[in-house]
This record gives sequence, C-alpha cells and structure tokens, in this order.
Amino acid sequence: MTSSLDATYVAPAAPGAPPSRLKVRMSATPFRTPSAVPGFGLALGFTVLYMSLLVLIPLGAVVAWAASLGPTRLLAILTQTQTLNALKISFGISLAAAATNAVFGLLLAWVLTRYDFPGRRLVDAAVDLPFALPTAVAGIALAAIYAPNGWVGSLLPFKVAYTPLGIFVAMTFIGLPFVVRTVQPVLADVDRELEEASATLGAGRLTTVFRVVFPTLVPALLTGFALAFARAVGEYGSIIFIAGNIPNVSEIAPLLIITKLESFDYAGATAIATIMLAMSFVILLAVNLIEAWSRRRLGHAR
Amino acid sequence: MHRRTFTRALTALVLAVPLAATAPGAFAQTTLTNVSYDPTRELYKEFNAAFAKSWKAETGEDIRVQVSHGGSGKQARSVIDGLNADVVTLALAADIDAIAKATGKLPADWQKRLPHNSSPYTSTIVFLVRKGNPKGVKDWNDLVKPDVQVITPNPKTSGGARWNYLAAWAYGREANGGDEAKAKAFVAELFKRVPVLDTGARGSTTTFAQRGLGDVLLAWENEAYLSLKEFGEDKFDIVFPSISILAEPPVAIVDGNVDKNGTRKAAEAYLKLLYAKEGQTIAAKNFYRPVSPDLADKADVDRFQKLKLVTIDGDFGGWGKAQSEHFGDGGTFDQIYKPN
Amino acid sequence: MPADPRQTLPAHPVAAGASPTTEPVAVRVALIVVALAFLALFLVLPLVAVFAEAFRNGVDAYFASFDDPDTWSAVWLTLGVAAIAVPLNVVFGLAASWAVAKHDFRGKSLLVTLIDLPFSVSPVVSGMCYVLLFGAQGYFGHYLQSVGVQIIFAVPGLVLATIFVTFPFVARELIPLMQEQGVSEEEAALSLGAGGWRTFWSVTLPNVRWALLYGVLLCNARAMGEFGAVSVVSGHLRGQTNTVPLQVEILYNDYNFVAAFAVASLLAGLGLVTLVVKSALEWRYADQLASGRRH
Repeated sequence: MTSSLDATYVAPAAPGAPPSRLKVRMSATPFRTPSAVPGFGLALGFTVLYMSLLVLIPLGAVVAWAASLGPTRLLAILTQTQTLNALKISFGISLAAAATNAVFGLLLAWVLTRYDFPGRRLVDAAVDLPFALPTAVAGIALAAIYAPNGWVGSLLPFKVAYTPLGIFVAMTFIGLPFVVRTVQPVLADVDRELEEASATLGAGRLTTVFRVVFPTLVPALLTGFALAFARAVGEYGSIIFIAGNIPNVSEIAPLLIITKLESFDYAGATAIATIMLAMSFVILLAVNLIEAWSRRRLGHAR
Repeated sequence: MHRRTFTRALTALVLAVPLAATAPGAFAQTTLTNVSYDPTRELYKEFNAAFAKSWKAETGEDIRVQVSHGGSGKQARSVIDGLNADVVTLALAADIDAIAKATGKLPADWQKRLPHNSSPYTSTIVFLVRKGNPKGVKDWNDLVKPDVQVITPNPKTSGGARWNYLAAWAYGREANGGDEAKAKAFVAELFKRVPVLDTGARGSTTTFAQRGLGDVLLAWENEAYLSLKEFGEDKFDIVFPSISILAEPPVAIVDGNVDKNGTRKAAEAYLKLLYAKEGQTIAAKNFYRPVSPDLADKADVDRFQKLKLVTIDGDFGGWGKAQSEHFGDGGTFDQIYKPN
Repeated sequence: MPADPRQTLPAHPVAAGASPTTEPVAVRVALIVVALAFLALFLVLPLVAVFAEAFRNGVDAYFASFDDPDTWSAVWLTLGVAAIAVPLNVVFGLAASWAVAKHDFRGKSLLVTLIDLPFSVSPVVSGMCYVLLFGAQGYFGHYLQSVGVQIIFAVPGLVLATIFVTFPFVARELIPLMQEQGVSEEEAALSLGAGGWRTFWSVTLPNVRWALLYGVLLCNARAMGEFGAVSVVSGHLRGQTNTVPLQVEILYNDYNFVAAFAVASLLAGLGLVTLVVKSALEWRYADQLASGRRH
C-alpha cells in the first residue's frame, strides 16, 4: 500500500509558493496537476468505483431502459397530457416554493445573523428540522395540520391540503434550510465597514442594504434557491400525503412514476425518470458553476 | 482531548449499531409469505393466528405467516419484481393474471384451480356517507349532484378502486339503456367530483374518515363496515346503491415460489383453510361475504343485504378485457382525465 | 451559553439606538416576527403535531404503542441498515474529499456534480433504479434468481437504496472544509518524513473530525428517516422488510393513529437529538466546520 502511495509522491512546493490548487488554470493540459500530497490514485480510484457501482450504473439502468424504447415511443410518453402536466406541476410548484424560500430564507438568515432576540439559538437549530424529520412523518403531520379539520386548515377560508397549495406547503417545508444555510455564513462575513462607508456617503439604510449588502449575497442565494428547487422537484414522501394526487391537477411527477411503475408500465416510469434525472443534473451543474464563479469573483476570503 | 473524545464517540456509534442489529435472529421455522391487498389487514391478522394453530395441531410444527399489504396493483408489481410470495390474495384476478403472464410462476388458468373462481370470500361496493346522510345520497346518480364530493382511490394502483369504477360504469350503462358512451360520460362526471385520489383503499378511507374530506366514500363493503367499527357507528352510515358489482378477490399459490421455498404443503393448507369453517367464519366476522355462508356464524351472515350485482365475467367480458379497456395506458380512465 | 463564534460582530441588543448599519427597532421587530411566524407555521407546527397526536390518548397509550413485535423488528432493521450504509458512506466521503480537496485534476467539477447527484434525484427514482437492475424483470434478475440471491425486497435492497440517498452527505461536509484547509499541513508532515497513511491519520483526519461527525449525524438521520426510496424496494413484509418510516405508514393505514404517531415521534426524537448534537458542535467548533456547508 505504502509503496503505491509513495509512487505519486512529488517534492513539496517551496514555502511561499501558491497552493497547488491554483496552478490548474495556468497549465490545463495534464489530467492532474502534480501535487505533493499522495494517495490521489487510490482515493480517486475508490471514489469513482464506489460511485459507479452504487450511483452511476443504477442510474444508467434507468436511462438505458428508457433509451431502449426508441425516440418515437419516448417522445409519445413524454408528450402525453398527463405526463406534461405532472412535470409542469412538479417544476412549477417547486419554483414557487423555492422562490418563497429564497425570500423567507433570506429574511430568516438576516434575522438570525444580524439581530439578537431571546431564543435565537433555538430558532437557528429549528431551521434544520426538515433535514432531520423523516419525510413521511412530515407529510402525515402536515396533512393533519392543513386538512380542512386540522389546526391550521380549519382556520383558513380556503383549502390547503389536497390541493396544489398543499404541494406548495410540503415543498416549502423541505426546501427552507437550503436557503438559510447557504446565505447565513456569507451574510456573517459581509464587511460591516462597507455598510458604514455607504451610510457615511449619505446612502439611506434601504439603499445600503439593496445596493451594498444584497449583491454580495446573490451567488449564495442563487445556490440556495437552486438546491431547494432541486430537492422539491424530486420530493415524494412528504407530498403524497398532502397532495390530492388528481391527474393534471395535483399529481406530481414522482407520483406519476410510482403509479406507472405499479401498473407494470416500466417504459413510462423510466421515461419520466430520465427527464427528471437530466433536469437534476443540469441544476446541480449550474449550482457548482455558480459556486466556482463566486469563489473566483469574491476570492477565497476564508 | 478532542481527539480522544471524537474517537470514542465514533467508535461507540459504529459498534453499538451492528451489535443491536444482530439481536433479532431469524431462527429456523417455516415461514409462509402472503402478499395481500389493502383492506385485508384485520382479516388476515385473525386468520393467520387461526392457521398457525390448525397447522400446529395437524403437523406439530410452528409456522409463521408473513403478510404484506398495499394497493393490489402495487403488490402484484412487487411479486413480479421478485417479492418471494408463497400465496397471493389480491383484490382482483387481473393482478394475479399479470403475475402469471410476466413471471410464468403460475399457470394461466390458475383461477380454475380453486372453487368459486378461486375466491373464498366476495364483497361488493357500497357508499359510506356521513351520519344522517346530509347530502341525501341514495344511489349512483346522487353522486353527480353539483355539491357532492366523492372519495375513491386511484384505479391505476388500487384494486378496490377498479371495482368502484366498474360498478359506477355498470350503473351508468343500465341507466342509459346500455349506452357505453353515456356510461363513460357518467363516470367522467363522477370523477370530476373526486378531490383526492389515494394509491390504496386504506388511504382513501383515512382521507374520508380521519381528514373529514368528501361526502361519499366509495368503499368495499367490508371496509365500510370496518369504518363503523373503528371510528364509531355514530359517525357514518352505509348506503346500498340500487346496483353494484360482485367483487371477487381471488387467492392463489405462486407455484414457482413455493417449489423453491419448499412451502407447497403449507401454502395449500393455508388456502384450504380459507374455504373451511375457520376461514369462512373469520371472513364473515370481518365483513367479507363467505362463499359458503352455512359454514360461518349465522349472525354475521345475516348482516349482509341482498343487492343487485353485476359480474365482471358476465357484464365486462372478464378481467382480461376490462383491464386493458379501462385501466390500461390510454384506457377509459386515462381518457376521462383528458383536460378540456 | 457559549458565545456563537459564527457571529463576527457583537450582538446588537434590540434596545440599542439607531445606528447607520442597522434598522430601526420597529423594522427589526417586524422582521423578526415575520420570520418567526413563517418558521412556526411551516416547520415547528408539524413537529408539535407529531407529539400532540402521539400523546392524544395519554402517556399509557403512547407507551403501549411500542408493545408490538413488528415495530421492534422495524427498529432493529432500521438500525442495522444504517449501521451498514453510514460507515460505507463515511469511507467514501473521506476518499472523495481527499481526491477532490487535496488534488487538482481535470473534470473535478463534473465529479463533484456527480457526487451531489443522488441528493437531487427523486427518492422514487433512487429506489426504482435498483429494481431495474436487480428485480426479477431487471437486467440482472435472471442471473440473481438462478443463483438464489434476493436483493430487492430484502435487506440488501434496503441497504443499497439507503446508501444511494445518503451518498453525498459526508463528502459534502468534508470537501469545502478540506479545500479551505489546503495542503500546507500535509506537505509539512510529508516533508518531515511521514508516510501517506500516517499523514492522513495524524494530520488530515484530526483536522476534519468534527465536520466528519457532523456529516455522520446528518447521514444517519437521513438513513433512518428515508421513506420514498426504501418504499419502492421494501415489499412491506411485516416484521421483515419494514423500516421504521414504513412501519409508521403501516400503522397509520391500520387505523392505529396513536401508534403511528408514537413511532413517528421516535424518528422525530432522533431528529431532535441530531439537531441538538449538531448545534452543540456548531457552537463549540464552528471554526473547524465548513462555513459554506449545505446538503
């Protein structure tokens, strides 16, 4: 083992030299920038192998199954009204929920980093509830609260549970921590002197907040938004209990996949799954690009 | 100190769990797996205990019956994908047909192997309404009144929902002198009043009874009676429509699996007992109509009303035809959900 | 209470007068109230509901709910599945973060995106892909049947689905932190003659230990609470392939509402413990945890 690690050993960089990470952009031709740290082959090899066996090959099976249908049938399945509507519902409501989370998540992050009030730490911890609470439990609890005879549902003049609004509630529930947790650290790092400078130069508080503080939060906010969105699109456990599951109205794409799977329609299930997979991949790639971009733009301050 | 605390915490976490996990050992004992549909939970809980007792008396061996419940279509899908079921007791023949066709683990004519189309008990579809029947629902045509909301599961995944659907179709057809197009229009109208489609019959009952949604629940007769028992007789009333359908939930041995598991004898005894006095009594007690009423308790049997029932074979050309025509991809159920 | 190290500036007591870098008191109070109301409505109320329903019929009924062998076998099964899935993902997370954070190579962004992928894949799809591979009708179904190995509808299937959904959790905690820490300490150890493994065990691992524990906690909470993916591969055999979340659904459908919520409260309790430990870690070791974390 040691000998294979030693094989990749390269003399350490001279003191004061920039971290090797930065070198990659200077010479992009070799697959790997030489580094002093050993174990690259073993670590990457294991990572790729484990990931291939447990994630890539299984997901490949979904794509392969869908691909074996041929483009004509694939297109026929995907352009069915029910499929289109399910995708529209999933993506549309996820977008609305992620946008709501962006607004309230930003607000929560602001309140938690900037203000002091009794129980602030408790509130801070509570933000992570959706990470910790199992989705099915959340779904059953949300349905119980927002049903027409539930605590909140009975107070509202309109129906929440068993309507698209119910889907929205569940998606907002699971997505909130993503925005708060991505914005919070960036907000804490914002240089207050900039705000003071802005105020000294005569800008009002609103102007300062919108022109000085918010622009630095945009990448984090976008990341949080995209993550909340990605998670909401795929969510199943918490939604089925509170959505009405009516085709074309409140049937989400993951439920349609399950319905097709359970009526032996593997072709339909894999076709929709493939589209959703492609979407999640694109969203995540976008998130990683935003992060790389903001790291470059803002520098690696921390 | 950080280091040591951490190592300890991690070691404890990693060690404690597998130790705990080995506690419930799977000891050698015959196990029979019954994959069933949604509302039979109470029925098989009672029957499995009776079977274990009878098996012990007969062979001296202990036996454990494992059950799995869920929407009938979903359960059939699991067996097709390899769930190791010794016997299947599903909501309708089409789902067992699908298993036979996809896996070859039981012959195509499996339904002829046991009496009464392999159905030891039958049921039908009735209406469960809120106490006092505030919306005055008496028959199928009352379901399409403007202010009535109907709860039923999704026919794509639930067996009971398929019986619901066909019963409504039968009414629509009879009320319109056999006109299939008008029957379809009636069913479409009815489903416009459905605010929630759960995946299984149990989900629908919970939505109706626990969440207070809808005015009428289209339910298995056994499920309707059970709701009165579980939630209280003061909560709901049962309404018997002018026409309904004879629902035959069939049972079958999955030959391919029992031969591999070496459980054929037990599986055969299990199904046989369903037709015998124990099975029939327990079925009637749990509000299923026994095929041999004389074997069950008279008091239980007397609770069942006489209804005008259509049959799947006589009125819909059998499940082979009805399944693809109504519930297949692009079938009438998909058609009525075409938004306009 | 220990000071929150994340807070880079002294706290601003609400009573303080107007300052150029904060908002008027009325605005502050209004923002706090709106934020808290939102949190209560969407996050806290469901949790309260779980416990309220669980104790609806009193403490005795609550404890009687656990007098069910099927529930216990679900608890053991869930613990067992997590005991296999979590350590595997820890090893993976360490390897992946070592490769990604301590080295530079082409296609790194793609690799990181792929590591993240299971997080945004619908749980339904995560379960389904194993059915397509190992189910009787799947690609390897015939082979598996001929050798008599059962993966789907048995413990291996549950483990696979759980590994899939919790796959990125540890790696996601470690990568940003290890990236920030850079390689200078490792380089120093190496130049002093330490071998690769030794450097890893005595330099890198101690540096990330709290982030690792944090990742393990989140990974474990998700592993024990997953519903969608395991539901597809479970087969729902009582006392055999039901994990705790599935048992909750079964009890709920058995009209056994109090027991369903009682068992759910077990999971919610686990979630709360996770949160408490996590918050405690954050307060004490914030500098040793990745600042730009997410899941």
